[in-house]
Amino acid sequence: VRLIAAWIRERQLRRLLRLSNVRLLSQAFFFAAFVLSVWATWTTRLQGYPVSRLLEIDLLVFVSTALSTGFVYRFLGWAVVVLILTLLFGRVFCNWICPFGTLHQAVGWLFCVRKPSERWRRNQYRSAYRHKYALVLVLLVLAGLGALQIGLVDPLSLLYRSVVTAIAPAVDWLAKTIAGAFPSLNGVADDLIFAPGAEQRVFVGSFWIGALFVVLVGMNLVIPRFFCRVLCPLGALLGACSRFAVFRINRAVGRCTDCNLCLTRCEGACNPHSQLRLSECFACMNCLDDCPEDALSFTMMHRDRQQVIPEPDLGRRRVFFALVTGLLAYPLLKHNGATTITKVSPQLVRPPGSLEEEEFLQRCIKCEQCLDVCPTNVLQPASLEQAGVEGLWSPVLDFNLGFCQLKCSLCSEVCPTGAIRTISVAEKLGAASFAQAGPIRLGTAFFDLGRCLPHAMEIPCVVCEEVCPTSPKAIQTSDVETHTVFGERITLRKPFMVPDLCIGCGICQYSCPVTDQRAVRVSPMGESRSPQRQLLLDRRIIPARRKPV
Amino acid sequence: LQLPDYRVERPSGAQALVVARGGGVAQRLRKALEAIGGLTHYVKPGDIVLIKPNAAFDRSPLLGATTNPEVLEQLVRMLLEDCRAEEVRVTDNPIESPAACFAKSGIGAAVARAGGRVLLPDGNAFATVTTPGAEVLQQWSLLLRPLHNVDKVIGVAPAKDHNLCHASLGIKNWYGLLGGRRNQLHQDIHAAVSDLALVVRPTLTIVDGSAVLMRNGPTGGNPADVKHGDALAVGTDPVALDAWAYEQLLERGPQLPGYLYEAERKGAGSVAYADRMREVL
Repeated sequence: VRLIAAWIRERQLRRLLRLSNVRLLSQAFFFAAFVLSVWATWTTRLQGYPVSRLLEIDLLVFVSTALSTGFVYRFLGWAVVVLILTLLFGRVFCNWICPFGTLHQAVGWLFCVRKPSERWRRNQYRSAYRHKYALVLVLLVLAGLGALQIGLVDPLSLLYRSVVTAIAPAVDWLAKTIAGAFPSLNGVADDLIFAPGAEQRVFVGSFWIGALFVVLVGMNLVIPRFFCRVLCPLGALLGACSRFAVFRINRAVGRCTDCNLCLTRCEGACNPHSQLRLSECFACMNCLDDCPEDALSFTMMHRDRQQVIPEPDLGRRRVFFALVTGLLAYPLLKHNGATTITKVSPQLVRPPGSLEEEEFLQRCIKCEQCLDVCPTNVLQPASLEQAGVEGLWSPVLDFNLGFCQLKCSLCSEVCPTGAIRTISVAEKLGAASFAQAGPIRLGTAFFDLGRCLPHAMEIPCVVCEEVCPTSPKAIQTSDVETHTVFGERITLRKPFMVPDLCIGCGICQYSCPVTDQRAVRVSPMGESRSPQRQLLLDRRIIPARRKPV
Repeated sequence: LQLPDYRVERPSGAQALVVARGGGVAQRLRKALEAIGGLTHYVKPGDIVLIKPNAAFDRSPLLGATTNPEVLEQLVRMLLEDCRAEEVRVTDNPIESPAACFAKSGIGAAVARAGGRVLLPDGNAFATVTTPGAEVLQQWSLLLRPLHNVDKVIGVAPAKDHNLCHASLGIKNWYGLLGGRRNQLHQDIHAAVSDLALVVRPTLTIVDGSAVLMRNGPTGGNPADVKHGDALAVGTDPVALDAWAYEQLLERGPQLPGYLYEAERKGAGSVAYADRMREVL
């Protein structure tokens, strides 16, 4: 009896520790890490936590930025860990690590309940699943030529972007609304929400980012793991690497009864019931559990063609077609006139520390980590009008919504690819050893005199001068004796701009009471990063003067 | 909705304005409060006290743009330990992002060390308040949630240059409780600031002269703009207190900022401070 009991216990333990359960644990860990990283990406919480690490282990980010820039930025080398994992175990990243993959799997599990026969049919490989390989080829060709577009569909960039701009503000709104009804919950809400101590954050155009996200997640109800199987360029890259994997799912053909039960919960649609498609298998290990004959195992095996198809299902003609598409897409992207040396949107103001536009676009993956950490909500996903197709959803500053906080360089800290290079507050302000270089200028503020109260309407105001943070102030005032409409003699303070001092922080625009189109607006003229957009021939030295009243 | 009057009758013999000079910041505060009748006279055990510092900018305390955190730390300690206040809250609606302002100004940490509670503003924390007798602030949005159930209110302000209204002192400090379209108030700034003296009738107002921002205010940013002094003033008459600070700390006058005369006209106090003050060393 005791022997039998021990045998049962061991069986239970083995059942508990089976690979699919270990995989679940890994998924839970990385998904929690993802949520925690978004939560910690906030001015009061970010204390050197590696909140962009999931983006930094993204092999596609590593490969494509290396192609577009010629070097590997900061922590992007961590992606080699994922490459090694893939060479050992195949596409384990997709089903053990990727939080977007976990989300797809969870949605399918919860909301796509079907009969087993229907599931077998849906979990068989389809030729549509080869499109991701074509997509990644197009994107890599573009990257090689210098146009980085992976951010649009890279799973981690897409997930971070969607959660940061669409999900997190919605969650915050909901939590604050509930806490508003039950004041005792205020403290708890402040700990839980993504942006405590701030006004409700808004992100321009987040509707479309959110809509794309909902459609991609919703597609799981039509095709299980739609994004992972059909679109994911990172999955495609890993799939192409996994043909060399040491371990794989192995089917003992002699034991197999062709019952197809292994397809019931197959995540990758890799055909474990016949010729395994190595490039599609996520190593989810579900088939191991579902095989009633114990015919399947995850073992070190040869890649013999009888049993497996190691390479992606993309013939030479399709490869060639993808390469040509990438080649043609490059000039289309680059030469559509959105940003040229002489033509730039007056709203294309980039975060402090941003590289020159050309180099910036070679690095930005539109993950919106910078938007998430920004304490004032000034950073926004760029629209087509601002940055063109190439720069869509890259970070720009919208000074009607916020301003660049003087002693803050958080966006440069969290940027995983160095589109915004790491700067210190001292460098940003041109303090200490950076005095020679001067402060980092984002642009210059310009007055729209027809809308300015003192200039156009003889009404006192100068909020802009009051909030101007430089010393001496870049916005100063001159006293003008004038008559009001009532014939009363008054001394009016009229603001004027000292462009030599302006750093383009935009707090003047943010604070201007002419709410719609502000009477003072920052444009990228004079931004430090661009030699072409300098305004002044010579920067004058302005004395720190202010006569006492 | 109307704010209650938080004023407390001074003990007999105490002057409306007390200036303490010399020693450390904490010592000055203690001496000044003693001379005005003792903090325990104004705050009773079990009171909930709201302190309104100036935390408007994301600046180091050395730059004089925000309230000296040492003063706040000492004040919170005295309120909790000497007066046995039930709770001390500290709030402001800064110009720059609240979390960063409270962090970099050192105010958040100082208050936390002393056992006080910082309340940051958010969209739900505001409500419209009526103030009879006010010109432009008769109906205005105010940072109200931190004021819920509060018994006493103390303003603690730095002394700062201010281009449009000449000086930002004790009364102008209440601007930081305003919400709504407060950037419109500059169109009639003296009316608005003098209204503030009616909107909030504080228990005490403190103006600290340890780091006076002499020019380039109210933002400052350059240590050379700051004059270091050894005076701290406590007053029950905010108008007299500001008149003193304008002349003695900012070294300007004799013509005072317009809002002080207007505040006097509206009955908030009197600019004549000379024979209503006491100096302690």
